[in-house]
Amino acid sequence: MFQPKILFTAAVLFAVAGTAQADPRRDAILADLAAKAKIENSAFNAFDAKAGNAFFMANHTGGKPDTPSCTTCHTKDPRASGQTRVGKAIKPMAVSANPDRFTDQATIEKWFTRNCNSVLGRDCTAEERGNIITYLSSL
Amino acid sequence: MKHFKALALSGALLAATSTILWAEGGVSGAIVKDPTVQKECSACHLAFPAQFLPQRSWQAIMSDLPNHFGEDASLPAETVATIQDYLVANAADANPARAGKGVMRGIKDTDTPLRITELPWWKRAHGEVSPKRFTSDKIKSASNCAACHAGAAKGYFEDD
Repeated sequence: MFQPKILFTAAVLFAVAGTAQADPRRDAILADLAAKAKIENSAFNAFDAKAGNAFFMANHTGGKPDTPSCTTCHTKDPRASGQTRVGKAIKPMAVSANPDRFTDQATIEKWFTRNCNSVLGRDCTAEERGNIITYLSSL
Repeated sequence: MKHFKALALSGALLAATSTILWAEGGVSGAIVKDPTVQKECSACHLAFPAQFLPQRSWQAIMSDLPNHFGEDASLPAETVATIQDYLVANAADANPARAGKGVMRGIKDTDTPLRITELPWWKRAHGEVSPKRFTSDKIKSASNCAACHAGAAKGYFEDD
């Protein structure tokens, strides 16, 4: 008798957990990146989760040999924990699994600067950063 | 009362000099006490105890964070200075009269080792562990002290 209700509740909970929670701090960070992306490239329109996904999963060249991809440490499932090259756990990158992600400007700056240089041998553009954050917020 | 004062004083001295105890069952007190050093260095790996490398090694490591063992670990200049000051002040050879002699043994004056796992004392202490075990999926690297030393984050490296 109660089962349908329980199932319905479970479905609602799942839907909520499966969608990234909005956070005004993250929205402000993305708005700032969008303004910068427009300056970098006047044809820029909006961030693209699909492009962020492709960038995150790709093997890149130009960086350091031990870190060819974001997935080297963060794995191909951003909802799961990753692991540094010396075995220390990294909390999930997906906002749905870790709501604190991309809410602190200094933390974002520090890790994009380090990791883009490690993986690509250069800084990431504002568009690339925004695409990655948009992708990781969409899971 | 006198007793209590003496105890309090020795406690204060211990805290100030980051005493580390090398004993039969393992190493204790080998922990980074500075909050900035602890936070930044433990982001990717255990904050390795300052006492495990000589001063010149810490200076060399801190002078090239953009090329840190295969990754970019850049930090703002003022944070780099804070971390380097702490590591140098507490390094194995910071006070030759005290502990750390074991760490320095076998290192040539002309050598600047960059990895704790290259040092003669580390190799002696881990000689019975098979190299394959260090690179297993679970441990990944000999730098992952806490994989085997459960108390590593608290400064206690027990004998296995």
